[in-house]
Amino acid sequence: MTFSGLSVVTLNLSRLILRTCRWVLAKMSLNCKHSGSNNGILLTSSKLKKAKEPLHGSNRVWKWRRLFLFLWLLGSMIVFFWIFSGLNDGALRRKDVTLDLCQDRDRILLEHFNVTKDQLQDLASSFYDSDQITSLKCTKKSGYEMSPSNIACALKVLCSEKHEFANHHGMVAESVEFQYQYPVRDENVLQNHDQTLLSDKSLSVSSDSKPSISSNDQNCEENVLKTRALGGSAKEQRDSFSFCLVKACWWAVLGIIISCIMPCLIKKFRENKKLKLFEQQPHTQQQLLQQQKQEQHAQRSSRSAGKWRMKLLIMFVISGILGSIWLFWHINEGIVFKRKETLTSMCDERARMLQDQFNVSMNHVHALAILVSTFHHGKQPTAIDQKTFGEYTKRTAFERPLTTGVAYALRVLQSEREQFEKEHGWTIKKMVTEDQSLIQDCDPEHLNPSPPQDEYAPVIFSQETVSHIVSIDMMSGKEDRENILRARASGKGVLTTPFNLLKLNHLGVVLTFAVYDTHLALDATPEQRINATVGYLGASYDVPSLVEKLLHQLASKQTIVVHVYDTTNKTKPIKMYGPKNVTDTGLLHISNLDFGDPARKHEMQCRFKQKPPPPWTAITASVGVLVITFLLGHIFYVAINRIAKVERDYVKMMELKHRAEAADVAKSQFLATVSHEIRTPMNGVLGMLQMLMDTDLDANQLDYAQTAHASGKDLVSLINEVLDQAKIESGRLELEAVPFDLRAVLDNVLSLFSNKSHAKGIELAVYVSDQIPSVVVGDPGRFRQIITNLVGNSIKFTNDKGHIFVSVHLADEVRLPLDVRDEVLRQSLVQDLLKNSYNTLSGFPVVDRWKSWKNFKKISGTDSLEETEMIKLLVTVEDTGVGIPLDAQARIFMPFMQADSSTSRNYGGTGIGLSISKRLVDLMGGEIGFVSEPGTGSSFSFTAVLRIGETSSLDTKQHHYDLSVSEFQGMKALVVDDKIIRAEVTRYHLQRLGITTDIALSMDSAFTCLSSNSNASLSSQLAMVLVDKDVWDMDTSLKVHRLLKEFRPNGRTEVPDSLPKIFLLATSITQTERIELKSTGLVDDVLMKPLRLSVLIFCFQEVLRIGKKRQPIRGKPSTLGTLLRNKRILVVDDNLVNRRVAEGALKKYGAIVTCVDSGKAALERLKPPHDFDACFMDLQMPEMDGFEATRKIRSLERKFNERIESGEASIEMFSNVAHWHTPILAMTADVIQANNEECMKCGMDDYVSKPFEEEQLYSAVARFFESG
Amino acid sequence: MDVVSQLQRQFVDFTTSLYHEGFLDDQFTQLQKLQDESNPEFVAEVVSLFFEDSENLLNNLANALQQQIVDYKQVDAHVHQFKGSSSSIGAQRVKNVCAAFRNLCEGKNLDGCIRCLQQLKLEYSLVKSKLETLFRLEQQILAAGGTVPSMA
Repeated sequence: MTFSGLSVVTLNLSRLILRTCRWVLAKMSLNCKHSGSNNGILLTSSKLKKAKEPLHGSNRVWKWRRLFLFLWLLGSMIVFFWIFSGLNDGALRRKDVTLDLCQDRDRILLEHFNVTKDQLQDLASSFYDSDQITSLKCTKKSGYEMSPSNIACALKVLCSEKHEFANHHGMVAESVEFQYQYPVRDENVLQNHDQTLLSDKSLSVSSDSKPSISSNDQNCEENVLKTRALGGSAKEQRDSFSFCLVKACWWAVLGIIISCIMPCLIKKFRENKKLKLFEQQPHTQQQLLQQQKQEQHAQRSSRSAGKWRMKLLIMFVISGILGSIWLFWHINEGIVFKRKETLTSMCDERARMLQDQFNVSMNHVHALAILVSTFHHGKQPTAIDQKTFGEYTKRTAFERPLTTGVAYALRVLQSEREQFEKEHGWTIKKMVTEDQSLIQDCDPEHLNPSPPQDEYAPVIFSQETVSHIVSIDMMSGKEDRENILRARASGKGVLTTPFNLLKLNHLGVVLTFAVYDTHLALDATPEQRINATVGYLGASYDVPSLVEKLLHQLASKQTIVVHVYDTTNKTKPIKMYGPKNVTDTGLLHISNLDFGDPARKHEMQCRFKQKPPPPWTAITASVGVLVITFLLGHIFYVAINRIAKVERDYVKMMELKHRAEAADVAKSQFLATVSHEIRTPMNGVLGMLQMLMDTDLDANQLDYAQTAHASGKDLVSLINEVLDQAKIESGRLELEAVPFDLRAVLDNVLSLFSNKSHAKGIELAVYVSDQIPSVVVGDPGRFRQIITNLVGNSIKFTNDKGHIFVSVHLADEVRLPLDVRDEVLRQSLVQDLLKNSYNTLSGFPVVDRWKSWKNFKKISGTDSLEETEMIKLLVTVEDTGVGIPLDAQARIFMPFMQADSSTSRNYGGTGIGLSISKRLVDLMGGEIGFVSEPGTGSSFSFTAVLRIGETSSLDTKQHHYDLSVSEFQGMKALVVDDKIIRAEVTRYHLQRLGITTDIALSMDSAFTCLSSNSNASLSSQLAMVLVDKDVWDMDTSLKVHRLLKEFRPNGRTEVPDSLPKIFLLATSITQTERIELKSTGLVDDVLMKPLRLSVLIFCFQEVLRIGKKRQPIRGKPSTLGTLLRNKRILVVDDNLVNRRVAEGALKKYGAIVTCVDSGKAALERLKPPHDFDACFMDLQMPEMDGFEATRKIRSLERKFNERIESGEASIEMFSNVAHWHTPILAMTADVIQANNEECMKCGMDDYVSKPFEEEQLYSAVARFFESG
Repeated sequence: MDVVSQLQRQFVDFTTSLYHEGFLDDQFTQLQKLQDESNPEFVAEVVSLFFEDSENLLNNLANALQQQIVDYKQVDAHVHQFKGSSSSIGAQRVKNVCAAFRNLCEGKNLDGCIRCLQQLKLEYSLVKSKLETLFRLEQQILAAGGTVPSMA
């Protein structure tokens, strides 16, 4: 039962362990992966440092670690199994012991049985012929010896016990059972025989045997119970131990799980914290400091966590050590307990057996006494003489294997001595020494006759082995006399103290029984007994051989040492048996022996022969636990160290990162500051140079000055670019959102590059699709910057031939290439079909611009802009330059990167422009891309999302042009050009002036067209003919000229103005050519490309002479004096000196200056209506500073404007001003960007640095007064 | 005539030294430019305004710094004012001291402030005496019937 239970437990446990192992392995591998990915992450960041080897290293380490772990788990499993098998072995061994004991008992029982049987048989054979009744009496008397049924009972009990074992030990039990059953059957037969023999007395026999049976039964039962209890206790112990182990295992598993989970949790927690930290990532220095503080805090917390982890580890190791010690102690205790148990059981067993055997022997002696009583004294004449006695005793000596001999001494009184001596023919002799009682090693003949005494006990019968004691008076020995006296008084067997037996030199005891002549009642008094005594039967026991024999019968006699002591005198125990020199092996068990003599006490001492072997089980188990603990501790220690290292590294990296970021920000700030600081003096340099050039210089000086000026301008633009870049990088660039005319911006760009294009002979053209609204809302400056960059690049890289073509379309227009309505787009689409003649602006081949558009996700994608007032522009700058080398195309948008290092040598520039452009485009929500083929050219495209603006929202600058446009409204023009795209471009410009345009592809077709339509009505409307220089040839032009002249005579009466004018469109034309052409009268004027609105207007007005009444073109820019003259200006400054200076400065330019000294006063003065044209406001003033004052003024104005709009106040009331907005300029000493931005935010228009500088003042003031 | 040219030379030398030693800067030149026939006393007027203002400010500053609890905001405002006016007339050194003063103010450094005030007083008295000398020279030139040479 217990074994199978244990095995089931073991199986379950092992399964559990396996599962745990699997789980742990899975977890480990997961962890591995995790850490691997972590490694990866770490490495990517440190890739720059080219730390690839650690990756391999760490991987290898991890592989090793995994292997090691696996081995460890395997080892621990083996250890577990081993421990369990050891336990099972112990259990088995214990079983064996029990079995041995059982077998011993069986054998002894068997012997007893045999003894009884033999005795009966002997008796039967001895007295077969004698009286049956006597024999029966004898049997009856000796009935209590050992009844067969009694034995059967005992056997049965034992057998039933055996049956329990049979379940588990089929084989063994069977054989044992066989052994037992045999005698039982045998005995049954015997019993039957007895019963037939003692048929009428059977009842009495059985009844007589009852006490003995019960006592034996009790004995047996006790035994059984004991063994059971032993087994039970062992089982309990085992159960509790295995339970403990299971518990321990569970704790260990729990511990592992917790230790696995904890780091995860900690990690998560830490990550959360870090995330939070990241979220709070600040920009300013102060916040950075704060962050650092936080980081320090985090660091501290992580450090404390590390400490805590270390403490936990130490605790774990300590608990492991304690656990292993406890385990050792526990197992050792078990072993010791088991050993004790074994010793106790073995000792008790031996003691009981010795006792039993002794008792059996004693009973035999008793039986002999009765025999003597019956046959010697009970019969007249006696049936026993020395011969009979000697023979009988000799033959029944096997019954008393422990006695060296028996002798019968007759009770002889003093009065009977002589008669007795006469009868037997010898005198009663006395023992030589008193203390050495029974046997002297001498002939009785040499002994002295006994001195006269009250009574004598001369030996008359003796076994042959002790025949020498015949005739010796037993009463003469002191011990024997006492013995005899006690025996006859008690009627029981009594023992002497141990003494050395004669001849044998062994210690021995003498057992004496009294023989009574009459039948005595059981409760006879000692007096009666003494009187009834007729003789004494003595038997000498050889105790050492007795014990020796007994021990031989028992198994495992080698393991223990047995001592038997007589402890009647407690202070001086007499050793009866045992080896002399005994090594003390620790354990000692003492069992009491009862030899049936209550006056004497004996005990048995048992101890193991060998010292207990070292408790290997305990040692290995505890060492195993210790090793596991240390291994785990080591693993965790390594892990903790690693975690700590990674954390340290992480903190270090974070610090480095922050430092790097701070450095980056600082760099950008530095760049911005420095650029700004450089710009200011550069403006001075440039201004001075400009002034210098205006003075009277000779050619050389002028050249130098111009070179210096140009260089300075380049420098300033470079600084601007760097400033932009820095601004973008530090995230401080914000786009404006103001309405602007896209076409005007493009015209501006063209005019900027017109000189360069003229110098290089490149054709420069711009085209804007008519789908694009005239006014859009965005940042014109930045938009212009992008286009300027691109066009500048194109011009830089295009040499002497070809064109640069800027075209603007809606992104929606190119989404479906087949559905293109725009003529320019359509032409660029079909150009691939007509390979031989390049259908481009200048006829040179260009790259396919559609390719670059394809990369734009936002165009090719179907997502249209959700808000209807937003449009997406697609701007393309196409050139026929050198193109970009293929290998450089990838890094073209990186700052400070150029196609190759020679580029800057050949073409100049920093390579920063494209990078800025890209960033600006990104800011505008667009994309930039390009297609380039070396040798053919490049085509840069970008998209930008802008809002559609209202035409009326544009400022008044355009009105001037609008006025002119109305002059040309409804006119008709004919464009003669062989390039369709170019003709379209021309048409686009003319359309802006409201002129409807026809296109003729050649002079001839133009001629035919003109001549066919040469009726008056048409020709009168045809205002101009524009001929490109490429198709111009003298002959046809002459013809055309003549044709046109023909109109003239016809319409002589008409105003010559109405005649069509001929314009030549030229990219580059020398002055002489121009004069020549004009002088011949073939053309009315030459229009220099690039075409732009202002040029066209100017030219047309000149030629068509319709601009007589227009305002004179503004020649030189007005000076401050003209700007400020008679303007009413309010100066607000709390500082008297400053106020006075500002007043003086402004007064010098003719302004009428009013001064106030506080924001409040200014507010009072500027409350509409008022007649101030502008206000100069100091920023830092007590009470109300410049910002607040401006805000208040603006809010006042707003309210007032609302009132006007709602009609509450009539415009006329307030000097005809419809919209109040007094220009307010900040006066500030420190010109910082932030200050400037703040100025704008609170409603100021501009700022001037204090003290006033003429140029700056002019540029600021000009914005407001020039147009007005 | 000799006297005039001598005075004129003296004037030029003195002015140059003023610029050279950093007492005055461009702004003073600008100021001088603003002075013309319509406004003949402009520079003198502004400078005297500056003197008045400065003396007030210096008194205020001294008072403010003697308070039990120094109101640095107040002090800073005064210094700012002083800095503004000094930069307006181009008293460069005074302006520089003002700038330093403001920094100390920001750091709430009382000892530094007091030291700076002393320095400011010194610089102010220096520039005042220089300017007064300059004007005296101008007056002398004008009295002698000469014209004040232009430094621009």
